Amino acid sequence: MSGGKHALADWTTGAEAIVYQSCAACGAKQYFRRSFCAVCGAPDPEEMRASGEGKVYATSQVVRAATPETRAHIPYNIVLVDTSEGFRMMAHGDNDLAIGDKVTARFAPFAGRLVPYFAKAKS
Amino acid sequence: MSFITGVGLTAYGRHEGSSTLELMSKAAALAISDAGLKRSEIDGILCGYSTVAPHIMLATVFAEHFGIRPAYAHAVQVGGATGLAMTMLAHHLVESNVARHVLVVSGENRLTGQSRDATILALAQVGHPDYEVPLGPTIPAYYGLVASRYMHEYGVTEEDLAEFAVLMRKHALTHPGAQFHDPITVADVMASKPVALPLKLLDCCPVSDGGAAFVVSRERTGETGVRVRGCAQAHTHQHVTAAPALSELGAEIAIGRAKQASGVAIADVRYAAVYDSFTITLAMLLEDLGLAGRGEAAARVRSGYFSRDGVMPLNTHGGLLSYGHCGVGGAMAHLVETHLQMTGRAGNRQVPDASIALLHGDGGVLSSHVSMFLERVR
Repeated sequence: MSGGKHALADWTTGAEAIVYQSCAACGAKQYFRRSFCAVCGAPDPEEMRASGEGKVYATSQVVRAATPETRAHIPYNIVLVDTSEGFRMMAHGDNDLAIGDKVTARFAPFAGRLVPYFAKAKS
Repeated sequence: MSFITGVGLTAYGRHEGSSTLELMSKAAALAISDAGLKRSEIDGILCGYSTVAPHIMLATVFAEHFGIRPAYAHAVQVGGATGLAMTMLAHHLVESNVARHVLVVSGENRLTGQSRDATILALAQVGHPDYEVPLGPTIPAYYGLVASRYMHEYGVTEEDLAEFAVLMRKHALTHPGAQFHDPITVADVMASKPVALPLKLLDCCPVSDGGAAFVVSRERTGETGVRVRGCAQAHTHQHVTAAPALSELGAEIAIGRAKQASGVAIADVRYAAVYDSFTITLAMLLEDLGLAGRGEAAARVRSGYFSRDGVMPLNTHGGLLSYGHCGVGGAMAHLVETHLQMTGRAGNRQVPDASIALLHGDGGVLSSHVSMFLERVR
């Protein structure tokens, strides 16, 4: 991974956190970590911890998995969430989530690691 | 100018014991002979990739195996859009005098050469290695996500999607080379095993063995010429997480550019060959390309619009969904069928007028798009 010089630990590296990058030059937010802003090319976008709040953009419940490790979890719901910080991310979520639902993230074990897991936000 | 001068296609399904190179060779020999050429006249080779037999130089491996010493050769990788991307490149290569006869070839023993799990796993790698793949998505799940959103925004139902599977199967019934020959109904699709909701087994193309090839030449070699009128691409993202809004996907951009490059309008099109890895892929692409209004493609299927005897015959060989999907060759079968239709050689599948055809391919998760117009000249 090509993290900037102030790389924060997140779930992709085993920590219970969702991290995104914010470009000081153009204000763009990006989820996939890079050493530059993919919109304007400015170096070293600032790393920030996301609140874990967002809205469901899309869902697909996986019933046919491809490995023994993932098969142990079926059915599991893959979701795309539009975070309140303005970037989109893929995660797991409750099976009853619908598009448009307001959600909050926690972390759940999946195939030997921790992954972000969304449930309906308590209103 | 460039012409598709010959096509070759094997049956799709099980080719027990056939390697990637054998399937490629079989299809290549058919295409070269269909073009009325000798293999020594082929001076360019473009090939796809094989997940069963990955190689960093597949085109040269194939050239040596097949017995050709081309002046130009390499592989191309654009997922499901590879076949049309190679055709587009071949078109430009012959137009710019780099080569005279380019062989475009692909084949893979994807069904019998590896386990289904291995295929699903290999294909899931189009996902992001850090931010997507660890979540255990599959290709059907990537498209299931897109389907859920498309259904939400445009009021499309699972029954609507099922219509596309039924149509492709109906078409496959009349092609002896198709992988599936049992008729199915909307109820069958709805009752099939869930894979990645809302997609069920019959919403998904199968894994197949097979090979496909064609020759792209500077001049036509037969009486009826099938000419590349114009083509274009669009690439908006790789990963579904980074995909733009549904209204900004690449199919609309690619078809806009292809229309401009060719001077052809959708109203001129008489035959359509559209990528159909999943029922949702076909539904969305038909609407993105302007072959149906938003949310209206399924109604057009029901009314017979896309049937063999309809206004816009579509994938008359059965498409990926029912002819089969052997990787890069999968969508090349669409072009082979288009060529047979345009040259009046489709037998019991022949449509009345395939004078102008629109082809469209999609790679990744609606990531890479190629649109192409072919025209019959006599």
